[in-house]
Amino acid sequence: MSRARVRFAASLLLLGATVSALTAQPAKPVSEEIVHEVAAQLRCVVCQNLSVADSPSEMASQMRAIIRERLAAGESPADVQRYFVDRYGEWILLAPPRRGFNLLVWLLPFVAVGVGLAITAALVWRWTRRRRGVRPPPPAVDPAMSERIRREVQSGR
Amino acid sequence: MKRLWRWLIPLAALPVLALLAYGFRVSPRDIPSPLLGRPAPGWALTTLEGAPLSLGAHRGKVVVLNFWASWCYPACYEEAPVLERNWRGYRDRGVVVVGVDIQDKQEAAEKFVRDLGLTFPIARDLKGTVSVDYGVYGVPETFFLDRQGRIRVKHVGAVTDDVFRATVDRLLAEAGSP
Repeated sequence: MSRARVRFAASLLLLGATVSALTAQPAKPVSEEIVHEVAAQLRCVVCQNLSVADSPSEMASQMRAIIRERLAAGESPADVQRYFVDRYGEWILLAPPRRGFNLLVWLLPFVAVGVGLAITAALVWRWTRRRRGVRPPPPAVDPAMSERIRREVQSGR
Repeated sequence: MKRLWRWLIPLAALPVLALLAYGFRVSPRDIPSPLLGRPAPGWALTTLEGAPLSLGAHRGKVVVLNFWASWCYPACYEEAPVLERNWRGYRDRGVVVVGVDIQDKQEAAEKFVRDLGLTFPIARDLKGTVSVDYGVYGVPETFFLDRQGRIRVKHVGAVTDDVFRATVDRLLAEAGSP
């Protein structure tokens, strides 16, 4: 086969593959709920602390359209998320995935609360115990004074 | 025991201080692109005049892919003359500068090109698909592609003559069919 023929055959094959790929996956209807769900987990790249679902910016609206398109082409929500992580890094995710070094972010608040509670409990226990233990003995009362108090209470003064 | 406690509390503050010292030193805007070293995503768009323009047409060249917008003041206005100057200086040496106008209006983009006298090819990314393919999160951002079509450098902010020349000279000096 000549080189031109090979090229022609290859392009025919490629065309066939493209057509079959297009017909095999007809655009399926995508609910806005799923689009929102995916968008809510992605950081709007031009905003401060806003998700793609919440931002009114043009960039976010284009990203929502891309999410919709990819879902319609048959990708799963996880696939779409992977696509964005692939391009932007894990930074694009509003919540860091719970594995590896990121676990620290998820666990540290609970550890801190636990340690704080333990320290508070220990201190409260120590303070109350000291007060109970160091209670001074009742002061000695002068018998003459107590006699005088008794008399004055009785006389009603 | 008492002595231990006296030391423990300031000691506990040390890791927090260390974390803060680290956190305040790094810029939250410096986000490394996961695309470095990977093949540049292909695209086919239309120019401001409506002619087709694709990345594939420049295969084998060092490509400087610049994402910009007419509303991006002042950075895009600062770097446009730099890009134009270096495009003229390097175009005969296997280098092409390609602009991608994003999130923009046709008239505003045309005015920008006219006012700044830009002559390098400029495509419009109307749907934002190319921007997301390249992980663009603002303008201006510039990607330097080697002759094999891999993304080698991502520059965030206005490109200067120094950055342009140093990067392009390095990519030109590398082995590879022109």
